[in-house]
Amino acid sequence: MARIIVVTSGKGGVGKTTTSASISTGLAKHGQKTVVIDFDVGLRNLDLIMNCERRVVYDFVNVIQGEATLNQALIKDKRVDGLYILPASQTREKEALTKEGVEKVINELSGTFDYIVCDSPAGIEHGALMALYHADEAIVVTNPEVSSVRDSDRILGILQSKSKRAENGLEPAKEHLLLTRYNPERVDKGEMLSVQDVEEILAIPLLGVIPESQVVLNASNQGLPVILEEDSDAGQAYEDAVARLLGEEREHRFLTAQRKGFFSRMFKGA
Amino acid sequence: MSFLNYFKGKKPKSASVAKERLQIIVAHERGQRAQPDYLPQLQQELVEVIRKYVQISDDMVQVDVDRNDHCSVLELNVTLPEK
Repeated sequence: MARIIVVTSGKGGVGKTTTSASISTGLAKHGQKTVVIDFDVGLRNLDLIMNCERRVVYDFVNVIQGEATLNQALIKDKRVDGLYILPASQTREKEALTKEGVEKVINELSGTFDYIVCDSPAGIEHGALMALYHADEAIVVTNPEVSSVRDSDRILGILQSKSKRAENGLEPAKEHLLLTRYNPERVDKGEMLSVQDVEEILAIPLLGVIPESQVVLNASNQGLPVILEEDSDAGQAYEDAVARLLGEEREHRFLTAQRKGFFSRMFKGA
Repeated sequence: MSFLNYFKGKKPKSASVAKERLQIIVAHERGQRAQPDYLPQLQQELVEVIRKYVQISDDMVQVDVDRNDHCSVLELNVTLPEK
């Protein structure tokens, strides 16, 4: 039985797809057979971030509607063993993701994979509900910014009332906070909510803090999950998060501002 | 003025303003989330019953459920129009 993880946030543009790509890549690197599913029907982007956009032949909706088998639709990642991508459909209506159809696909994947990562679309509409419905665990991606924190709380409420686990009265899905685009310098200046602030408001356990970093855009430009940029702060922060997801205890890094030396201050204008 | 403020340094930092605002709105929204889902309909029907006797608008009836450890209290507030 696979462990099902939803990557969700409510708000758009906070880093769900970036996170889904890196977490699934990280899990596969740890030897876990992993499939990452794009639930954003009509606005597919995971394929671009994972650099397989030209290899998409069949998609999630084709499988649901019986026009292709799972094996035909799954794309095997070329960099990491044991990693597969199930792309979203680009043309169809969001309602094409029926509850029964999604369930059938998840059950089938569940037999052969260790982890199923569901990349949720933004919002709280049908696609987002389908993505979180089967979740055993939820990674709530949040930026240290008011609208993102509020939307995260909203999606947590939906997870607690509308997921399969909630409907069946089972143990609730395990919740994880992943704070992205964190800028310790601005936190020091009192211009940005701190990790502690967000933890206090949302009151869920912290999985990781991804520092705001130019590496993230550079990686997505090239279709490289940022976790594979192993020398970068953001890549290492994702690697830590994956290790924690797998039960390892790791100290949180990149939470404090780096003191700038005299020369860099002189030449980079502080 | 801004010159003096600079030395006083009294202006609250925007992050603490953000935190305070979030704590309030999140607590409020969680409270609403915990309400039973029949509440809006109950409110609507109550308004209709009261309207048989007094002319009131929808927002003049407030229905809330307060939950304590041992019991829940259904709180009903009706504002009557001035005569």
